[in-house]
Amino acid sequence: MSRAPFHLGIALDGAGWHPAAWRVDTARPAALFDADYWVSLVVEAQAAGVDLVTIEDSFGLQTNGYGAFELRGDEVRGRLDALLLANTIAALVPGIGIVPTVTTTHTEPFHTATGIQTLDHVSEGWAGWRVQVSGRSHEAAHVGRREIPALDPARTATGADEQQTALIRQLFGEAADAIEVARRLWDSWEDDAVIRDVPTGRFIDRDRLHYVDFEGENFSVKGPSIVPRSPQGQPVVFVLAHQRVPYELAVAQADIVGITPHSDEHLEQILGELGDAELRVERRVSDPLRVWAEAVVLIEDTREAAAAALAALDELHGAPYASDAVILADTAENVAAQLLRWQQAGVAGVRLRPARLPLDLERITRGVVPVLDETGALERPSDASTLRERLGFAPAANRYATARPETAELIESASR
Amino acid sequence: MTASSSSKPVKQIHLAAHFPGVNNTTVWSDERSQSQIAFSSFRHFAQNAERGKFDFLFLAEGLRLRETRGLIHDLDVVGRPNTLAILAALAGVTSNIGLVGTLSSTFNEPYELSRQLATLDHLSGGRAGWNIVTTSDAFHGANFRRGKFLDLADRYSRAQEFFDVSSQLWDSWADDAIVADKASGEFARTSGLGLVDHHGPQFDVTGYATLPPSPQRHPVIVQAGDSPDGRDFATSSADVIFSRHADFDAGRAFYDDVKGRLDAVGRPRDSLKILPAATFILGDTHAEALERSREISRLQVSPQTAISFLEQVWNTDLSGYDVEGPLPEIDPVVTAEGGAKGRAYVHTDPVATANAWREQASAKGWSIRELVISFAAKHTFVGTPVFVAETINRHVQEDASDGFVIVGNTNPTGLDEFVDRVIPELQERGVYRTDYDEGATLHETLGLPAVAARSASTVAGAALVSA
Repeated sequence: MSRAPFHLGIALDGAGWHPAAWRVDTARPAALFDADYWVSLVVEAQAAGVDLVTIEDSFGLQTNGYGAFELRGDEVRGRLDALLLANTIAALVPGIGIVPTVTTTHTEPFHTATGIQTLDHVSEGWAGWRVQVSGRSHEAAHVGRREIPALDPARTATGADEQQTALIRQLFGEAADAIEVARRLWDSWEDDAVIRDVPTGRFIDRDRLHYVDFEGENFSVKGPSIVPRSPQGQPVVFVLAHQRVPYELAVAQADIVGITPHSDEHLEQILGELGDAELRVERRVSDPLRVWAEAVVLIEDTREAAAAALAALDELHGAPYASDAVILADTAENVAAQLLRWQQAGVAGVRLRPARLPLDLERITRGVVPVLDETGALERPSDASTLRERLGFAPAANRYATARPETAELIESASR
Repeated sequence: MTASSSSKPVKQIHLAAHFPGVNNTTVWSDERSQSQIAFSSFRHFAQNAERGKFDFLFLAEGLRLRETRGLIHDLDVVGRPNTLAILAALAGVTSNIGLVGTLSSTFNEPYELSRQLATLDHLSGGRAGWNIVTTSDAFHGANFRRGKFLDLADRYSRAQEFFDVSSQLWDSWADDAIVADKASGEFARTSGLGLVDHHGPQFDVTGYATLPPSPQRHPVIVQAGDSPDGRDFATSSADVIFSRHADFDAGRAFYDDVKGRLDAVGRPRDSLKILPAATFILGDTHAEALERSREISRLQVSPQTAISFLEQVWNTDLSGYDVEGPLPEIDPVVTAEGGAKGRAYVHTDPVATANAWREQASAKGWSIRELVISFAAKHTFVGTPVFVAETINRHVQEDASDGFVIVGNTNPTGLDEFVDRVIPELQERGVYRTDYDEGATLHETLGLPAVAARSASTVAGAALVSA
């Protein structure tokens, strides 16, 4: 293949991404809090060769937008903790990336890092982390540690509002610190730290364990991790980004950045902004950043039927569904064609958000995936033993192993 | 039958399976010992315990790796998973056994942790449990946002407030809050969602919980502290006490004390189960069991481990001493800091401890290693399967406990033999379940009263506001 490898992720959330999706015939709204529902979705994705699934979450009950909290009962409300749900799924469904959303704003970086690391052990190397910040003031009230003024994405995008710019810099700065802590903790045990050396009575070689000694504005973490290094070493970090500051976070710390182009020109503009961010920010990850595009997907047999299904959902919802990502309401063939256009424009993968679950997941796995396979677009090495390997990332080097004094001495003596 | 009085009903025994920990009692130098972190180890452990119809499995919590004299302790098993994450994974590969995790009320926030426990309860179909611990020193705090902040005196007041806020969150959705009626378009009945608005010395929490009531509504609450504060907390809020008093007489005294406290607050005696930690060694004959006990205790206390225990008191390098010889004549080096961090043994007066150990060792003719074995590798029940089963049953029927938390000495197969050989003896005596009740929650498995149901009127706003 002359084309660059292309990868496929599915974003799972509730009964689907359209707010009225829970009302369609095939929806299972009463099952949203049962493990079986989620396991069946991931089994469907895994069987079709999807590379990874993400699981949405937030630090509070769902609400629309970033303004005042609105309690409403006509949409799905309530959500399982994504990190725990991911671990249950991982114990049952092998061979697919499982990427839960965990916020960095109100959580303990140590717990998040060890939770993702445990997911990597449970899944035997298929863990990722979708990093999110919490910019909603009602979520800050759940912890009561600090006040967060309501984030207004429209105003942060321009950079003109100083208070908003400071807020977004603060939230994403904390996220960068949390990822840095996690990445250090993930490396804090070398692969061969467990020695079980009976003559000396030592279970570990403690020289192969490392304090991470992170000190930041919001937290300090001493380390090492309580969890031995996991199969991937570094689970895959995914950041969804829409503007300058989040792009900088992705450039510095993410393995994959999700972007939301609405047109070819918009895609070009976003890629340009990411390129600019790369000039401003030092990348702290050895592999180059992968760019994945995002879309809400609703699939019917004809374009007209898809448009009608979307209109019917909007009607139930009482308003057109507004999404940060483009909504592709179309046939499987046309959705596949759009994905291939993105691939040609330099996008390395997509995270598709099924408008209706399980319906549009099945239409992706049974409709879109076969079309992509016909063109040979998807790179899916069947022998990949970890998510990193599946996605074509290099094995993760351990920052502490390479910095070991004796290694340094060896290098030094060799160069003398 | 070993029940002592004829009029008393026969008690059913409750058992928990403790995943082998990161201290010297977990033997790693043995070929049966497998990975301390691979999921296969946890799966085997959990599925074996479920085969033995244990009430629940029990996991400790890692907040920081242990240190001795400023260095990471390297003589015992090191490393374990995140407690909540591994329990969620085990929920997927088990069906009936309770899943109890140790989780700190100091290094967590109630909004998040109560949600995680509710999630675990949903994912497991009502099998979640929470061992509340109050660790709060700066050593562990160095890995967390709150750092070194909590006075010793505030530990239980924070734990109590943490539990109270969590309970409000668990109680804040009515049983029928989720409607999910596609035709009418009502997913959730908003009148069935109560706003929690808590303001106290430790926490300010305002908002809506994110989950409908889980099968148990509240997880089973376990408490392990032995102090008067700990016992008071257990009396008011716990369902199970994980106690240290496996000895028959000490167990009876503790049982009397705690059950007496229940009488005083009007709680039924069987609404709080007392389960001491216990180890076991089996043999075909009593003599064989004793011999195995001796062998295993030497694996649990290697020469280096014996010296390390002494160094934690002496606070100086003792590596030159022969562990098969007498204790050091020199006195401990006394500093304000002390030697060991992140472990249960704390020596408040090293000189007195050293003197007591020397006296004890010389009176009994013990070497360094034998002395350390006497307190760090004791086995609770040693004998034939029949002997162990009858001893456990006697403790329960004569009110020294309601059962035990059984700790094996190898990971993950340490309890296989108990399930194969002791469980059938208990079942034969009619004092232990032969199967789980279909779909039972952990509350039901333990014979605990159910958590009260909640209607929309009981979750309505003002009812949940606390000051």
